[in-house]
Amino acid sequence: MNASSFLDTVMPFKDKMFRLAKRLLVSTEEAEDATQEILLKLWKSNERISSYKSVEAFAMTMTKNYCLDRLKSKQAGNLKLVHSNYTDESVSLQRNVENKDSLEWMQRILKTLPEQQRMVLQLRDIEQYDLEEIAEMMEMKNSAVRTSLSRARKAVREALIKTHRYGIQ
Amino acid sequence: MEFNNEKHIEKLLAKYFEATTTVAEEKELQAYFNGDDVAPHLQEYTLMFQYFAVAKEERYTGEVPVTRSTPSNMLSYKKWISVAAVAVLSFGIYFTVNNQQTNSGSEMTIAEQQEAEKAYQQTKEAFKLLAMNLEKGKEQMSYLKEFEETKEKVFNK
Repeated sequence: MNASSFLDTVMPFKDKMFRLAKRLLVSTEEAEDATQEILLKLWKSNERISSYKSVEAFAMTMTKNYCLDRLKSKQAGNLKLVHSNYTDESVSLQRNVENKDSLEWMQRILKTLPEQQRMVLQLRDIEQYDLEEIAEMMEMKNSAVRTSLSRARKAVREALIKTHRYGIQ
Repeated sequence: MEFNNEKHIEKLLAKYFEATTTVAEEKELQAYFNGDDVAPHLQEYTLMFQYFAVAKEERYTGEVPVTRSTPSNMLSYKKWISVAAVAVLSFGIYFTVNNQQTNSGSEMTIAEQQEAEKAYQQTKEAFKLLAMNLEKGKEQMSYLKEFEETKEKVFNK
């Protein structure tokens, strides 16, 4: 596989990798580093790539594992998270303020979820993968993915209803 | 109509929280909550679906590290090939120069010396043999001289 065909393969899902990385690592810089690292790994294992039936699923699994490793080493190294950054240039001005609030608030809620639920919710509700694809990426069973997804959604709902009721953050 | 739609959305929501909705149904939910006419009692969910829609827009702005047109294992392969080529070349030059030196110089190997010695002895032997035979021939010549003398005596009488 040469550089251009590698790019063609990788382009469609590099944003998804980045978003998953950011969901886990929270900081944009770290997520970018992670994405770049994984792309480099993919590029190095170039010849083997074509033997995988889904490069995308493989890349997402790599992202997941890499970020979890990073989180583990970060906990050990006691590093600080930077999370005050997000971009939403694509959203119309009219909704900007509203969305900023929603972004921050939802991000905060999602951060409280266990990593597995966070990933499943990310892969389903944001990237809209099939359950089977998520199961493959997460190296889980279909039923386990469903349970995890349901729990994650309910947890988000709980958090939202709480805010709605008390009107506080 | 409006009411029916709300009922439909509520049903979808219930399924959604049990994670039994399909991707298509979830898209429908997203479209509804990102629209302008969300029923008041469903307002609390809008945040969620709007966030999902917005979060999807985030892009990776870092570079894709493949611009160095060859993967690194290929690169190192090429590097080692050139190292090997240089090694072979320098060995070759070293040995040819060495060879020329031994050929032109006075230094000989032991085997060559022995060979030369042998050849010399053989030639000496051969010359000796020739000399011996020549001596024999010379002795025979004395008879010839005797013959001449007698012939002279006979004719001069």
